[in-house]
Amino acid sequence: MPKVIYVSHTGDRKEIDVPVGTTVMAAALKNGIDGIVAECGGVCMCSTCHVFVDEAFLGKLPPTTDTEEAVLEIAAIERQPNSRLSCQIKVTEDLDGLIVVMPEKQR
Amino acid sequence: MTSAGTVIVGTGQAGFQTAASLRANGYQEPITLIGEEPHIPYQRPPLSKGFPLGTQDRESIEFRPARFYSDHNINLVAGERVTAIDRNERHVTVASGARVSYHKLVLAVGARNRLLSVPGANLEGVLYLRSLDEAVTFKERLAHSRQIVVIGGGFVGLELAAVAATLGKSVTVIEALPRLMSRVVAAPISEFFLNLHTGNGVKVVCGVSASQVSGANRRATGVVLSSGATLPADLVVVGIGIVPNGGLAQQAGLSTSNGIAVNEYLETQDEAIFAIGDCAEYPCAFAAGARLRLESVQNAADQAQSVAAAIVGRREPYRALPWFWTDQFDIKLQMAGISQGYDQIVTRGSAESRKLSVFYFKGGRLSAIDSINRPLDHMIGRKLIAAGTPLTPEQAADESVELRKLAPKSTPEQVR
Repeated sequence: MPKVIYVSHTGDRKEIDVPVGTTVMAAALKNGIDGIVAECGGVCMCSTCHVFVDEAFLGKLPPTTDTEEAVLEIAAIERQPNSRLSCQIKVTEDLDGLIVVMPEKQR
Repeated sequence: MTSAGTVIVGTGQAGFQTAASLRANGYQEPITLIGEEPHIPYQRPPLSKGFPLGTQDRESIEFRPARFYSDHNINLVAGERVTAIDRNERHVTVASGARVSYHKLVLAVGARNRLLSVPGANLEGVLYLRSLDEAVTFKERLAHSRQIVVIGGGFVGLELAAVAATLGKSVTVIEALPRLMSRVVAAPISEFFLNLHTGNGVKVVCGVSASQVSGANRRATGVVLSSGATLPADLVVVGIGIVPNGGLAQQAGLSTSNGIAVNEYLETQDEAIFAIGDCAEYPCAFAAGARLRLESVQNAADQAQSVAAAIVGRREPYRALPWFWTDQFDIKLQMAGISQGYDQIVTRGSAESRKLSVFYFKGGRLSAIDSINRPLDHMIGRKLIAAGTPLTPEQAADESVELRKLAPKSTPEQVR
């Protein structure tokens, strides 16, 4: 099963096995990762599942939609070129080892 | 059951979020979260969308797994009803007779379905949809039904109609008012959704009401309309709104009108008792202080966070910007602000392009934006409305005016 590595803003790492097809957001909630809030439940309305994706994996992700781009406009910590919403990243075998860094705050 | 600390009544979005935010804020006292439903807290929006459609299962709609509550020392009491509040002794009584004492009490008691009151409304096959149990029943019954009549052309009714039509059912929506979702959106949005539904095979009849549910062998077989016509149906779904649960507060001597009355701090007249979410009527900063009761995820979650902050000593007026969404077929309608009482609308984009925003103005001030496939209008719109940035109707209607350039650089906290 692919692993996703969640890194808190202070540098704490947690490695989670995530079934293919599960979003990075959903796996975080299920496994007690506190840095992801996901207030809207994963429908691209709230920006509280914002993550910074390790550069090595950026190119492996499907491109952002207009909706995701718009939501990143209101992120609590200003978006960076490697910002994504974790609700929009479905884990695949190809993403094994994916590293996401969570912002200091989501609200 | 003893407690003190904070007791939260209601395990919906508002109740869950209060408990989670209290712990996130470092609150160390006991937290008791009591709800009538025999389930761990779950999200309601998918119940009329992905859940009956089959794209989301039960586990995927839980806010957090069961372990979250024990890990965070939250005493979750599911399947228990609070029957009384003793404000002098500061305890609540539950149906089994036990008492739970509180230092702070948060009423997140939600609302219940408004019931259809016509002959035949109690027949088998007339369903409502608010709880997970109701959604499970709807999903099961839908699988074995062919002709569905939805009574009520509001958000829930239209979302369910879209689900049923997507699953290949024959669907008719009846709406008593002249157009769909008319209490909350302007005519161009109603018209867009009318075309969306009819284009997907849903029959929509506005300006008529149900005068009777006809039946045979105690089962619904059709809906008789005020026009005299009868629509055959093997499943009738009623989505005609909700009624706030004010009874518990009222019995305890707290003021209720359209919901439990609270001030801008979301406090009832008893400073130890808050009311939040669907059940609470509060003075809304984005409606010139008018007292509103909003039924939304945003409202529940933000009010919960405001109260959780107050309980740990950061008491501030509640000022979050209302926002909302609905998913019907492949279209998401995004709504920002409070449109109620508008005196002017202008549009950007067009229905033909399936990219349309409606900007609502009151007294020349931008009060709300509804957007279809124009997500940036929605998100930037939240910033504009929250910050009170001046925008004229002419600017709103002019596509060459970039909203982003007008918006405040840093995002106001109220928009998230």
